[in-house]
Amino acid sequence: MKNKILPFSVIIIFGIIFFIFYKGLEDSKIYIPDVNTKKQIPVFNTKEFFSGENVKSSSIFELDKVYLLNIWSSWCVPCRQEHPILMNLNLENKLNIIGMNYKDNLKNAENFLEELGNPYKEIFIDLDGTIAIEWGAYGVPESFLIYNNEIIKKYIGPLNQELVDEINLLIK
Amino acid sequence: MKYLKFFLIVIILFPLSSINAEENDKRNKITKNLRCLICQGQSVYDSDSEFANSLKIVVDKKLQEGLSEDQIYEYFKTKYGEWILYDPGLNKNTYILWLLPILIFLIGGAIIYKSFIVKK
Repeated sequence: MKNKILPFSVIIIFGIIFFIFYKGLEDSKIYIPDVNTKKQIPVFNTKEFFSGENVKSSSIFELDKVYLLNIWSSWCVPCRQEHPILMNLNLENKLNIIGMNYKDNLKNAENFLEELGNPYKEIFIDLDGTIAIEWGAYGVPESFLIYNNEIIKKYIGPLNQELVDEINLLIK
Repeated sequence: MKYLKFFLIVIILFPLSSINAEENDKRNKITKNLRCLICQGQSVYDSDSEFANSLKIVVDKKLQEGLSEDQIYEYFKTKYGEWILYDPGLNKNTYILWLLPILIFLIGGAIIYKSFIVKK
């Protein structure tokens, strides 16, 4: 009897371990960022895009207003594709679209806006990409829906009509 | 006089270079333990992507602000989640990872003890 307990328990334990690993195989190994967490927006100092004047984040984002922060750059191809959607969103809504110009050449960025239009209420500069890190961003383009200084939702990659519909629904 | 000047230069430069080297080592250690989230299987240290380069600047800034290694990890964890760290801490998602080797070691030890030592 004693001799039988040992192999039996070994088999059971290995069975449990096998089951845990087998279940683990079903989990996605691709990193999916958390897009729904309600986080406070970061506090930072930066420069205004057109005037070059110093601005504080607290003067850009006011309480009780809905903002869409869009990270963009003139060298980013998907931003070009996304731009008409932002232009439309600006016309249709009372949403305040704020631009964060990410690691860009100012002249190129100005040409970009001249060519495609400016949907942004205000634009600030992130020259070395560190402000984007403060926001927990991955790259360009990326958009954050903000209300009461809280991030309501994060959109990684270019916005499309489907996502715009979702934004419209959220801010109603 | 010449020797004195040389001596002074060496004295001034030596501690500075050792401080820089120490800071560089710390920065490399931290960036090696941070995952480049937009790359495939690369650490921030290995990657030259825009994301990784910005992250390196932030690590430098945080070190200059006097934050410790753990505080920097904690900062990135609040921004990007546990996934950004290569060395995961003990929590409800990782406890199997931590406890399994100990469990296997104990079971193995018990088997060896039973079959060899007790039989003697």
